[in-house]
Amino acid sequence: MAIDFHKYANPTRFLRLASAVFPWVTGAAVLLLVTGLYMGLFVAPEDYQQGETVRIMFVHVPAAWMGMSVYTMMAVSAAAGLIWKHPVADLSAKAAAPIGACFTLLALVTGALWGQPMWGTYWVWDARLTSMLILLFLYLGYMALWGSFDDHSKAARAAAILVLVGAINIPVIKFSVDWWNTLHQPASVATLDGPKIHGSILTPLLVMGAAYMMLFLSVFIIRVKAEIMDRRLQIMKISQLQE
Amino acid sequence: MAEFNEFLEMGGYAAFVWPSYLVSAVVLTLLVVFSVRRLRRIERDLKPFEERRQARRNRTRSSRTEPLNDT
Repeated sequence: MAIDFHKYANPTRFLRLASAVFPWVTGAAVLLLVTGLYMGLFVAPEDYQQGETVRIMFVHVPAAWMGMSVYTMMAVSAAAGLIWKHPVADLSAKAAAPIGACFTLLALVTGALWGQPMWGTYWVWDARLTSMLILLFLYLGYMALWGSFDDHSKAARAAAILVLVGAINIPVIKFSVDWWNTLHQPASVATLDGPKIHGSILTPLLVMGAAYMMLFLSVFIIRVKAEIMDRRLQIMKISQLQE
Repeated sequence: MAEFNEFLEMGGYAAFVWPSYLVSAVVLTLLVVFSVRRLRRIERDLKPFEERRQARRNRTRSSRTEPLNDT
């Protein structure tokens, strides 16, 4: 047995912490989702300009926030993986990617469904929409890159470099509405002057945002656990072949 | 009932509002289901390896402690 398992002491500690947090995060996700959906569909009034389509915002904006936040988290993890070679860092970036991809896809699809009644088109090639589509492709490219190497550390390295290069897209998405003329409205929650949305619509939006965050954490714990165990499984298979 | 129908109509935007909620529910549910399934599969595959390792560890431990028991 040439492989030293003490290297995986850290993942073990991570798994213990994750199992302790998991029920709370999952419970919070369910509770916030129910509250957010109830408020968004039944309590929030319709918008004076957009009518009932404003309700699409409650599933569109949190998805877009998560698509960008998850990518940022992956970039930080990938950098940590490259610099300190921490085994959980690469695996956590790998585990987060499909979740971020789902959120980004949802932001694009719900955005199209909102664009048609409000702008008269499902899609325009403007800065915000295009940079969001690039984000989806970055996620997909990242996931494909992991699958295209047999060697774990080579795959981790290549994927980490892709995430870090692609990270330039995150500020581009954020400021695209200010830098270019676009159909997409500018930031209306995270602005220097504070949110520009009325509380009756802002509250359900923030609750849904928190719900998506908790949902991310819950699925993330499941996926990191799977990645750590899969890594352990691969190592054990190799060591069995060597015996 | 009329009130409920009005709710479903979403001010004439039902064709846009409901699909966005539906697609969100479907995609996120599938994400959870696939993630849990993958974890279960890996746990199942890993089990025999872990058991074998544990058995081997117990064997080496008992062989090491045997001489001590003799004295």
